Amino acid sequence: MRRVLALACLILGLISAPARAETDALRSTGNLGVIIERASGSVLIVDRTAHAILDRVEGFGDLSHASVVFSSDARFAFVFGRDGGLTRLDLLTGAITGRVMQAGNSIGGAISDDGALVAVANYKPGGVRVFDADTLEPVASYDTGAKTIGLVDLPGRRFAFTTWDTGETWIADLSAPDLEAVVIEGIGANPYDALLSPDGRSYIAGLFGEDGLTRLDMWDDTPEPQRILPGYGRGEEPLPVYKMPHLEGWAQAGDRFVLPAIGHHEVLWVDAKDFTEAGRTKVHGQPVFAVARPGGRQVWVNFAHPLNDTLQVLDTQSGEVIETLKPGPAVLHMEFSPRGNEVWVSVRDAGVVQVYDTESFELIAELPANDPSGIFFTARAHRLGL
Amino acid sequence: MAEGRVLALALVAIPLVASAEPDPAHLERLVIQDCGSCHGLTRKGGLGPDLRAESLSHWDADGLTEIILDGIPGTAMPPWRPLLTEAEAQWIAQYLLTTE
Repeated sequence: MRRVLALACLILGLISAPARAETDALRSTGNLGVIIERASGSVLIVDRTAHAILDRVEGFGDLSHASVVFSSDARFAFVFGRDGGLTRLDLLTGAITGRVMQAGNSIGGAISDDGALVAVANYKPGGVRVFDADTLEPVASYDTGAKTIGLVDLPGRRFAFTTWDTGETWIADLSAPDLEAVVIEGIGANPYDALLSPDGRSYIAGLFGEDGLTRLDMWDDTPEPQRILPGYGRGEEPLPVYKMPHLEGWAQAGDRFVLPAIGHHEVLWVDAKDFTEAGRTKVHGQPVFAVARPGGRQVWVNFAHPLNDTLQVLDTQSGEVIETLKPGPAVLHMEFSPRGNEVWVSVRDAGVVQVYDTESFELIAELPANDPSGIFFTARAHRLGL
Repeated sequence: MAEGRVLALALVAIPLVASAEPDPAHLERLVIQDCGSCHGLTRKGGLGPDLRAESLSHWDADGLTEIILDGIPGTAMPPWRPLLTEAEAQWIAQYLLTTE
């Protein structure tokens, strides 16, 4: 009897859903992405080429300042929530396939170059915890005794991260038998974020507590802190900072790259060879993200509260602002398509995500979203240091 | 010259209007979203400290109002005086002390 029933179900299933089964079975993830809906603790799964929302998944907890990395096969998104939750989402089925509350309060994560380990940086308790990407079982824990920021993956199954309170950069080697970490002191006062160059060589921490940034050469056996752009504020009184800038995406074009100045309405151009200042551009407000369009022809900048209704586009050759857009209230994040033809922009207080053509600057699509913040496309799975 | 004076007058008028009536919906959203950047959407803390009512029980509204307006020098807490009126800062201080 049971066998007959099962057979009946199978036949019914085959008859009723052949089209769906076929598309589900053959869907790829290369054009998928996720959008964080920060206030409702939900995540949208999107198709970036169709400009379509495929699914809304709930149950991620507090997603303020959430970030995402992808499994090496770009099927799973690891979502890092502010409340310490680490959640794995299957982009093909929309199912949550694992969730751990790994700390009380966290800030971001990274995945190792081999895709085997996921690391999370925490404010409380301070430090980094590392988990098996398949099972989400704990693998290692690094107690830095301080709020920990700027977590990136390094080649060779390593992670680098930096402490806000104590100005240390830790390099944890998860390929070593004892999982040891090297601690480099003297990074500077209150590093607020850090980024890694696409070749994995330069790790640069931005400083809130002093005028300048610190670079570590990760190709060096014993990296030494190198202060770059010291005194870039040139004694000018810094403005109140209502939102910390993010250092994400190495905005390099030719021989120079760009960084947000903290407390000033400027972005700073840095010589990519010797890390000296190579110019600066006055912009609309205090930059939060200064991200290069893939290929490096433009840099797109958004701004801190209360000037956060604007986006500016800089030409990387001239360093000049070539376009000013007003997407709407609270522009929080930008994500480029992997080849840079489009950029997605979250406009939190308008409740939309906008898609712009990066050649014409035309608005080409708009998707509804509930307090959208971070946007993450699966192409990130294949890039170092995100 | 005349144009400049009109513009200046207009700029002054905006905060005066705002100070008469703090807008609770606007301020609550500001607390959740913009204070939340550092203190968490649920005010459990982040780069900045925990701002839940029970964690602030040793504070009074005037002390909090002062911190909101003038910030805490040497820390990441900025002065909000350029963006908020005293009445708005007081409303936020009360909100933090009384709202879960």
